[in-house]
Amino acid sequence: MPKDGGIGASSKRREDVRFLTGVGNYTDDINVNGQAYVYFLRSDMAHGTLNSVDTSAASAMPGVVRVFTATDFEGVGSIPCGWQVTDKHGAPMQEPAHPVLATGKVRHVGEPIAAVVAETLEQARDAAEAIVVDITELPAVVDMKAALASGATKVHDDLENNLCYDWGFVEENKAATDAAFEAAAHVTTLELVNNRLVANPMEPRVAVGDYSRGTDEHTLYTTSQNPHVIRLLMGAFVLGIPEHKLRVVAPDVGGGFGTKIFHYQEEAFCTFAAKACNRAVKWTSSRTEAFISDAHGRDHVTKIELALDAENNFTALRTETHANMGAYLSTFAPSVPTWLHGTLMAGNYKTPLIYVNVKAVFTNTVPVDAYRGAGRPEATFQLERVVDKAARELGVDPIALRRQNFITEFPYATPVAVEYDTGDYHATMDKLEEMIDRSGFDARRAESEKNGKLRGLGVNCYIEACGIAPSNLVGQLGARAGLYESATVRVNATGGLVVMTGSHSHGQGHETSFAQVVAEMIGIDENMIEIVHGDTSKVPMGMGTYGSRSIAVGGSAMVRATEKIINKAKKIASHLLEASEADIELKDGAFSVAGTDKSVAWGDVTLAAYVPHNYPLEDIEPGLEETAFYDPSNFTYPSGAYACEVEVDPDTGKVSIERFAAADDFGNIINPMIVTGQVHGGLAQGIGQALLENCAYDENGQLLSASYMEYAMPRADDLPMFDVDHSCQTPCTHNPLGVKGCGEAGAIGSPPAVVNAVVDALQSAGKDVTHVDMPLSPDRVWEAMQ
Amino acid sequence: MTQVSMTVNGKAASGDVEGRTLLSSFLRDQLHLTGTHVGCDTSQCGACVVHVDGQAVKSCTMLAMEADGSEVSTIEGQAGADGSLNVIQQAFQDHHGLQCGFCTPGMVMSAAALLKENPKPSEAEVRAYLEGNICRCTGYHNIVKAIMAASGQDVGAMAAE
Amino acid sequence: MYNFDVVKPERIADAVKELSDSSESQPLGGGQTLIPTLKQRLASPDKLVSLSAIPEMKGVCAGDDGSVCIGGATTHATVAAEASAYPALAATAAHIGDPAVRNRGTIGGSLANNDPSACYPAAALASGATIVTNAREIAADDYFQGMFTTALDEGEIITEVRFPVPEKANYQKFVQPASRFALVGVYVAKYADGVRVAITGASNDGVFRWAEAEAALSANFSADALDGLSLSGDDMISDLHGTGAYRAHLCAVMTKRAVAAAA
Repeated sequence: MPKDGGIGASSKRREDVRFLTGVGNYTDDINVNGQAYVYFLRSDMAHGTLNSVDTSAASAMPGVVRVFTATDFEGVGSIPCGWQVTDKHGAPMQEPAHPVLATGKVRHVGEPIAAVVAETLEQARDAAEAIVVDITELPAVVDMKAALASGATKVHDDLENNLCYDWGFVEENKAATDAAFEAAAHVTTLELVNNRLVANPMEPRVAVGDYSRGTDEHTLYTTSQNPHVIRLLMGAFVLGIPEHKLRVVAPDVGGGFGTKIFHYQEEAFCTFAAKACNRAVKWTSSRTEAFISDAHGRDHVTKIELALDAENNFTALRTETHANMGAYLSTFAPSVPTWLHGTLMAGNYKTPLIYVNVKAVFTNTVPVDAYRGAGRPEATFQLERVVDKAARELGVDPIALRRQNFITEFPYATPVAVEYDTGDYHATMDKLEEMIDRSGFDARRAESEKNGKLRGLGVNCYIEACGIAPSNLVGQLGARAGLYESATVRVNATGGLVVMTGSHSHGQGHETSFAQVVAEMIGIDENMIEIVHGDTSKVPMGMGTYGSRSIAVGGSAMVRATEKIINKAKKIASHLLEASEADIELKDGAFSVAGTDKSVAWGDVTLAAYVPHNYPLEDIEPGLEETAFYDPSNFTYPSGAYACEVEVDPDTGKVSIERFAAADDFGNIINPMIVTGQVHGGLAQGIGQALLENCAYDENGQLLSASYMEYAMPRADDLPMFDVDHSCQTPCTHNPLGVKGCGEAGAIGSPPAVVNAVVDALQSAGKDVTHVDMPLSPDRVWEAMQ
Repeated sequence: MTQVSMTVNGKAASGDVEGRTLLSSFLRDQLHLTGTHVGCDTSQCGACVVHVDGQAVKSCTMLAMEADGSEVSTIEGQAGADGSLNVIQQAFQDHHGLQCGFCTPGMVMSAAALLKENPKPSEAEVRAYLEGNICRCTGYHNIVKAIMAASGQDVGAMAAE
Repeated sequence: MYNFDVVKPERIADAVKELSDSSESQPLGGGQTLIPTLKQRLASPDKLVSLSAIPEMKGVCAGDDGSVCIGGATTHATVAAEASAYPALAATAAHIGDPAVRNRGTIGGSLANNDPSACYPAAALASGATIVTNAREIAADDYFQGMFTTALDEGEIITEVRFPVPEKANYQKFVQPASRFALVGVYVAKYADGVRVAITGASNDGVFRWAEAEAALSANFSADALDGLSLSGDDMISDLHGTGAYRAHLCAVMTKRAVAAAA
């Protein structure tokens, strides 16, 4: 029987009521009395020397409060990068300055050059048209390999070249890996592109800066996944505002998918301008603006080689990747192609030797950073494609080849520096095979052929590292922040409680699932628990929501704080019950003395904490509020097996997804309904990457896919019903809930299944096609068939 | 400035607008009905869908002056006077048809228009009707399920949870 | 958007007068293309003359000669619902844009804009429709003059479009995956005096007729009659979503499908 509450129950989401009735509170719904509006004049040129910006005419336009250019930001810090990668020679990456407004040069289409603050947005835009910008156009650096050629135009004149870093991992394994390739019975090689994407949360970014001269306090309302991180980065590194004078609020946020992790110039601008203008300043991005100012994702070009012995055991893996950084280093950009990618190259397999080389490259394009999965989809895609290609080359069953090479003993230390604590890859593959009716595939293929269509089946596995991350470890790897999470549990006198968590919720349903955990621990109704997030003035600290870390790290912090609450409440209960603390048991919201019928209700204990008339004041303080910081001891390692069946129309190249099955192991699960929904959403984004989405630049650095007219978002009729299972559960061994995280799995695991299926379909028709680069749009598939 | 008057969710509403004022801006900025969202500028995402004289329209692609004299209904007018969710809203909650909630008002309004026109749509008909509503969170699975459930059809057999 | 005035005349004559009053005025149909264009500040009319309040420009009716007559301000949704006398045209209207767009967008607006990827231009050209304006009647063959270019004069309004009803017709749209406009759309209409084939989405010159296919189909109205016929992709649109050669290939595929499906 499904539970009706607590851990494991598909509790309906409490946040839905406000969203369904139109009374959510998104950043653009916030208006501060007297606010002005900012319009950013953005570069329409990819690369150029900024000779002058004349704002005199604009400043005199109706409604204009003030026009800002780079000169107004002298003395203001650079937008910081939160991760410093060390290259294969031990040198730090090249790290350019990232000004709030373009300084000296423009380096990508969309870079803000000037900002007009005016009474209305239209007035600001009118005035922006009157700004005279003199730019000398420079050749645009777009192609990554050309960017690294000697004599290439430099994106940043003060850097040596366009190479951010050349990373080798694990450098000590390189010679042995090369030797294994020399000795291999078979080598499969694949060159591929992991296409550049735009995250496209449906809510565009918004920032409202406010300032009070009376108290010297700044407030920023912003569409962020991590308001405390913004407070730290912007306050400490850009504007020099101490935390106690800077409040950052991220209210209801309409999706993030990574792109709302980062600290952006517009946030710093609105905060700065609110003080400079002595009034609130609001910026609302249009979708068109979002395409050229939100950090993009993926954009890797990779060559991968797999060595096998005569028995088809994987003996070595070698990759060379070029990773696009764009024009500047966004907050976590350097970590994505390195520590979030190289460490995952073992996948589900016991390949003994692995060497990963990544060259990160500056180009005249929008900065690239984490997007749902961040590095792990890139790792999974190349690995699962090359394994599939190897199976086809060797004439062996792709599932059997995978099974033969599965890691089966845990904990397992990979040759790429991580230790998988737990997993059961055969179990998820067994489950997948049960779901997909493989024996019926030939009949389905025959049916498709009757209708003039080619049918293909593609399968793959994935492993991901979530729950980022042990702070001391990531510190060694270059992170400039700790990656713990905090929670404060405040119990009120009448027994209700508030959990203040650093894990922001922007679609994940934390307000529901987090409450389920605490309800289970105390044995009270979920409705007695309120989850508060998204405001630095309410929540003590938070590192935010990304990398499927919320329940594994934020949830663990909440568990620790709740444990502290329970421990203190037991002390109070033992006093009230005149029993030894060791004999006190908490069950179903009541404290009892073991082996007796003496008990005291939760509410009586909480009341005693705040009305301490009969209370052990000599031993403990009144009140019931506890904070915990949880720093994980390892990553978590969700895994799974996915299958996709496609039909290809050979006349047009159009691919349709006929069936999609996902068997995941997320460890323990708090709310199955929410977990299933997270998988669905991830699948849609992964299938979107595989079939539809393509963020493309031309050779001049102009963005070709700059709106929904050109960038294909998955729609309802592009997708099937999904068959999702997460009954295979190997609980995480190192966090208190045994949870692993589920937010990115769908996006990580689905692209190779789709491409493997299309290759299968085309080969079934005798086409000599071993690979098609994503997105597998009709024209590309048709051209591959010619 | 020109005065426009319309009935919004059953109540008279009026205000002064410029020629360029969009219906979505009028609703959000002047009537403070911020449930209607704006997610794109090319008339594709559908977060702004409201009903004008009973028909679903994209309020970001209609001038407020074009709605002068019309009956407009928005997401704020869908629940009962006591706050109880209507059938479609309840189905969205029951079947987890929303995550971040940003596209949700448009989805609910489009679903209402669909069911008025086609009370028992097939899965394919629901998917086709949602062509103008983009959701980035749900993969549509549970939206489709919710709309079919709201139409009184049995969705128990539809794939997984 | 730059600001502009909006007027809502109730008679065609008043609309024409409003448009002639100012050289910077522009008619507003359903606005489904014009308003996004205005948002990008790509146009700066000083006055929009709304055609939405003119009853004589709305609705679907039967002409004396058996044609289907559609008022210029009739929405796609209305055509889809009411043009049952010409089922292929109703079906075409039912798949333009999305439901909310169809509730606002109008046939006159679409034909006046003549987007090279729009559906209605193919329907009108393949049907040999007559574009009726406040001033004259224009044969479809004379009306479409290249991408975003038509025979309309400044201030001229499409008041009605008359479609002769064919024996058989069908429109096949292969959608561009992002915009959902036609990457290639082929409209085939078979009349007693011959077959007309009009193609949208493909050419840099906008909607066009495929003469060879028309000749072949006029002789033998079957998909097989098209075997061996092809168009050159050299002058076709080449973009992120397909080369000219791909579009040319799709033209042949979609024409065959339209013939096979024609009813």
